[in-house]
Amino acid sequence: MSSLLAVLIDGVMHAAWLFTIAVGLTLIYGVMKILNMAHGSFYAFGAYCCATALGQYFAAGLPPMGAFLAIFMSALIGGILLGLIVERGILRLFGGRDPIVMLLVTYALFLVLEDAIKLIWGVDPYIVGEPLGLLGVVKIGTLVYPGYNFLVVVVAVLVCVVLTSFLQQTAYGKILRAVIHDPEVSSTLGINVTRWSLVAFITGSVLAALGGALTAPTISVVPGMAVEVVVMMFAVVVIGGLGSIPGTIIGALVVGLVRSAAVHFWPEVELFSIYAVMALVLVVKPKGLFAGMELRKI
Amino acid sequence: MTNRHSVRFLLAASVAAFVASSASAQEAPAFRIGIVTFLSGAAAGPFGIPAKNAADLFAEAANKGALPAPYAAKGFGGRAIELVTIDEAGGATKQVSEFQNLVEQQKVDAVVGYISSGDCVAVAPAAEQMKKLLLLFDCGTPRIFEEGSYKYVFRPVGHAAMDNVAAAIYVNATNKDFKKYAGINQNYAWGQDSWNDFEATLKAIRPQAVVVSSQMPKLGAGQYNAEISAILAAEPEVLHSSFWGGDLEGLVLQGAPRNLFKTMNVVLTAGETATHRQAQQIPDGTIIGARGPNAIFAPENAYNTWLRAAYSAKFNALPSYPSYHMVQSLLALKFAYEKAKGGDTNKAPTTDEIAGALRGTTFEGPSGTVKMSLGGGQQAIQGTAYGRTKLVDGKTTVVDVRRFAAEEVNPPDGVKTSEWIKTLKVK
Repeated sequence: MSSLLAVLIDGVMHAAWLFTIAVGLTLIYGVMKILNMAHGSFYAFGAYCCATALGQYFAAGLPPMGAFLAIFMSALIGGILLGLIVERGILRLFGGRDPIVMLLVTYALFLVLEDAIKLIWGVDPYIVGEPLGLLGVVKIGTLVYPGYNFLVVVVAVLVCVVLTSFLQQTAYGKILRAVIHDPEVSSTLGINVTRWSLVAFITGSVLAALGGALTAPTISVVPGMAVEVVVMMFAVVVIGGLGSIPGTIIGALVVGLVRSAAVHFWPEVELFSIYAVMALVLVVKPKGLFAGMELRKI
Repeated sequence: MTNRHSVRFLLAASVAAFVASSASAQEAPAFRIGIVTFLSGAAAGPFGIPAKNAADLFAEAANKGALPAPYAAKGFGGRAIELVTIDEAGGATKQVSEFQNLVEQQKVDAVVGYISSGDCVAVAPAAEQMKKLLLLFDCGTPRIFEEGSYKYVFRPVGHAAMDNVAAAIYVNATNKDFKKYAGINQNYAWGQDSWNDFEATLKAIRPQAVVVSSQMPKLGAGQYNAEISAILAAEPEVLHSSFWGGDLEGLVLQGAPRNLFKTMNVVLTAGETATHRQAQQIPDGTIIGARGPNAIFAPENAYNTWLRAAYSAKFNALPSYPSYHMVQSLLALKFAYEKAKGGDTNKAPTTDEIAGALRGTTFEGPSGTVKMSLGGGQQAIQGTAYGRTKLVDGKTTVVDVRRFAAEEVNPPDGVKTSEWIKTLKVK
């Protein structure tokens, strides 16, 4: 199999994983204008919820294929609960504050959640690799990939299609776009911006938790896993443009493919390559590739 | 005796008993040991907590006099020991100030600690300056005693060069025809040094073999699909990895279904820690090390028997190699203290006397004989072992075990590891 094909497959897989997590960050920023530093903790929370759910599921001796339902349900329940608590319990208290203040608040939240995870789950790793083998393997040339990796790609595509269809083709989607475009005008038109902010935040939280839950069977779920993801997510949204879903798709693909190409052809520059591309994009388009025009407000 | 006399007598006796007990307490305050290990972060689960558990176990057994002979005296030569445990997380700068706190605020008599090589390199000069005993229990870098000279700093466990030299000798001896090899190591000092030593050893003993891929993902990256593809595409016959903790477990989870372990000989220098949680996932035939003859490679002796039994009873798990490293380091301190104390029951040896007793000595521990041979007697050498995993009744066992003598995988005193590796001969 040619190296280029391997680069493409690995790059797309990595991009799918990144997109699932980063699109939640984009949605939250789009609606609430909060750059949520705690988004990585939502990802980690999803992974831990999934590890617990899968542990219980397999201990109960239930049918193996049902594990996928456990993965999705753990992300859904964990994401909704955490999103609700954080938005209603904390972020609401800081409503309307300067974005820099919100950045600091979410950073503090990130640190608190890191410790909360340790309090709940301890510091020992959780390993729940069983679902990784349930979908068999796919052979492409000389390389073998677990079928599970393609499930992650399928989920990312579904998330993308559902979100885009919702925003573009439904009445509620139009309302949400109006809130994204201008919350003040939306409010004067009778739209409950607070409620839509909560919906957007919880959706973003569920997507981050889903990213974590899908990742849990492929890794050792350990404290500190959120940090690595935060950095990559910001690279994705900065390249694509903050608040833009098409930008997040392109950002994830750029990061995934560049990283994959570096690993295959020049592993020494793997880390550097992502930041080099990000710097290059910011030089050419300081607001990212897909940042919309900013309207002047009086 | 009248009642008045009786009361006076009892009062006098009570006062005398109180004074005597106070004097006794003043004569032998507990020997305070600072324990520094990761209690949070990615290294806590696989390394920090097993090491802390081992330290607690040791202190409890030592104070009860329940350790095997010749360590059976209660505490340190009859003097109770107390542990002051702190978290190693936070980076080297924080650890230097934490070390100072341990000495100045907590008044510890010695410190046993540090898993991260970066922390060891930073804290060792501080210990030397403060003339406080420091026993490095797990960090691997050989640079400590090769680039510095110390009087109060010791490492009673082997350094990391041994792990990679032995790994290279093992794969060279057990794979007669291999021509291509690759590596996947974490992109920081530990991973880079490990790969450099492995590669340098193979260049010396198997010059015809070439490197076809050297992957250096970030520490804690977690996702290795692209790296695994690149390695599989390069078709090496041997893959070296010094991955540890969650990274190691992630590599096993992601590599096993992709036939990474079937298509090449994978050697995991710190692989033993993964066998405790991933017995089912680590494919048979994987070559693993335990950073010395620890845990699954530990010899049958009284100390190993005690450690395995006591640790299993208390924590419902077998001790992994960080537990062995911790117990070995604490045994070294106890050994040195009691040697310095000699037969004098009232003597409390000074720091200089304890350091003098430990320097260049030989003692026994759960992983066998330990010789303080390098760095002017400050750094231990030990033999080591490698073997291939084989799952038996749901538990990891090792087969094709090869044991290496200490002198076979360690440089002589005064010779830098990098220079010594170049002198290794083709066998």
